[in-house]
Amino acid sequence: MTTDAIDSAQTPRHEEGTNYINAEYGLLSWLFTIDHKRIAILYMISVTALFFVGGIFALLLRLELMTPQGDLFTSDTYNKLFTLHGVVMIFFFLIPAVPSVLGNFILPLQLGARDLAFPKINLLSWYLYVIGALMGVVVMLLGGVDTGWTFYTPFSTTYSNTWVVPTVLAGFIAGFSSILTGLNFIVTIHKMRAPGLTWFRLPLMVWALYGTSLIQLLATPVLGIALLLIAVERLWQVGIFNPALGGDPILFQHLFWFYSHPAVYIMILPAMGVISEVIACFSRRKIFGYKFVAFSSLAIAFLGFLIWAHHLFVAGISVYSAMIFSFLTMFVAVPSAIKTFNWTSTLYKGSVSYEAPMLYALGFIGMFLIGGLTGLFLATLGIDIHVHDTYFVVAHFHYVMVGSVIMAYFAGIHYWWPKMTGRMYPEWWARLAALLVFVGFNLTFFPQFLLGYLGMPRRYHAYVPEFQVLNVMSTAGATILGAGYLLPLIYFVWALKYAPRASANPWGASGLEWHTPSPPTTHNFEDTPTVTWEAYDEKAWLKEAEKNV
Amino acid sequence: MSKKKTYEAEDFSHHVTSMGTYFAIFAALMVLTALTVWVAFQDFGSLNVPIAFAIATVKATVVVLFFMHVIHSPKMTAAILVGSIVFLGILFLLTFSDYLSRFWPMA
Repeated sequence: MTTDAIDSAQTPRHEEGTNYINAEYGLLSWLFTIDHKRIAILYMISVTALFFVGGIFALLLRLELMTPQGDLFTSDTYNKLFTLHGVVMIFFFLIPAVPSVLGNFILPLQLGARDLAFPKINLLSWYLYVIGALMGVVVMLLGGVDTGWTFYTPFSTTYSNTWVVPTVLAGFIAGFSSILTGLNFIVTIHKMRAPGLTWFRLPLMVWALYGTSLIQLLATPVLGIALLLIAVERLWQVGIFNPALGGDPILFQHLFWFYSHPAVYIMILPAMGVISEVIACFSRRKIFGYKFVAFSSLAIAFLGFLIWAHHLFVAGISVYSAMIFSFLTMFVAVPSAIKTFNWTSTLYKGSVSYEAPMLYALGFIGMFLIGGLTGLFLATLGIDIHVHDTYFVVAHFHYVMVGSVIMAYFAGIHYWWPKMTGRMYPEWWARLAALLVFVGFNLTFFPQFLLGYLGMPRRYHAYVPEFQVLNVMSTAGATILGAGYLLPLIYFVWALKYAPRASANPWGASGLEWHTPSPPTTHNFEDTPTVTWEAYDEKAWLKEAEKNV
Repeated sequence: MSKKKTYEAEDFSHHVTSMGTYFAIFAALMVLTALTVWVAFQDFGSLNVPIAFAIATVKATVVVLFFMHVIHSPKMTAAILVGSIVFLGILFLLTFSDYLSRFWPMA
């Protein structure tokens, strides 16, 4: 049995050559589309643009840090650069990247549905995202903001003389985009699964997106309120966070991190879903311990809400509260470890092949392991006091949010690229890019663990000379990482026109998205599929395909 | 009646609330609003805030149950409502684990 048989089994009856890309033409057909696949492409273009904007800020930061003295930027400009880097990368790239691009495209296909439950709300989500992002760009053009992406009070409400209010409003608006996406996904997963597609037959990507959506829906409103309260205090001097007005600055940190810690799971959970798909496909095995991996997504989503104040250990919260949050934080390591062990067990005795998505996925496991374990260091009160606000923290969260999430995003983009565009990509170049990203990333951020442990504080544009060697290593790594990120942009654009056409199932993967042509038609499936096989049961899937030949 | 028909009947029928109920709820909300205003001008000491919260909670509950039709909605809607309240409870509970155990030198 080959993928050819699967292709012929799934040969659609739609008009030859018609798909969601060429079904309609013109800019307006894209700007007013309600097709989830086209909206995913709109998101992909937008988040890619913002990713490179955020990336340029990162490279400027690393350039400044090559030398101990501040020689390129003033301290004020440096403050604005790291603020904008954080705001752009978190609110406008990492949060929407996996759910809004890959989730939007893949979720209805994996469910055997024609679209999301609310297609027009899906388009509204994208417009809200764009409005928020454009406000962010306007802020940059006007002169930026210098509060850090965390907007800590009372600096943000009282002392900063930069564009705080437009920036928090940009985040507020983008937040609604996230809420609507989460709502759309939850309703779709509950209501639009194909016949026979029971909860335990769902691909793990769907479970991951479900957990993500719960967080988006439950946590984002709290961020929205916290950001609005900044505007209220700043504009009308209402005493909420500023002690001089009778407020409490730590209240802001509680409200902010009630969202922003779970937000890390908005980024990492769908990324974990991608990894489950890729590992299963390129190991030719069912995911080991399917139900454990599925429920661990929900466990992470829930536990993620109980641990936010580990960001506040040295901010002035009570010792009792710090102990509770330290204790609770340890728990989130359990479901994360379950996933990691199960992915590794899936590889065992699998028929592993090393296409680019798999290289990224393997990289993810390593990076996530380091990012996750150093998280436990930081959850330990005594160690956190030592390394708080140092480069150790910077390295830790970059291992999770960049080393893990972006690796998974790239794994997903490569894995589903044939489905999205109907074209393959140049495998050799893709493997090279994966290697560059892996090497570049580790060279950038591993030295930062050492810098942090040695005591280099974050958010300063100058430092003592003995830290220079590690900083130069880090900047050299950032350059390689930049090249690794740029390379896919070039070959993906090239692939759109010149790469070989992709079959319906070029990887021989299971999952309903591979039951439809590449690229799919506007309505995804000619007939609603009926699922009779378990998730990742390749043999049953192939048997079904053979039966239909 | 077949199982399928029962399912459809549940899915597509809406409970129609009588006008009398709506007016009764409206009247209750007006009374509670007047009570809120009256309470605001009284001094109950440390009970000022809890009393205001209690009245607001009653008002929100009747709005959610009757004006938003949750009382006649499927169990899933109720589960989502309760789930949201649980997460709000987590926010309050764990935030107060800090505030109620903090050292306040001014106090």
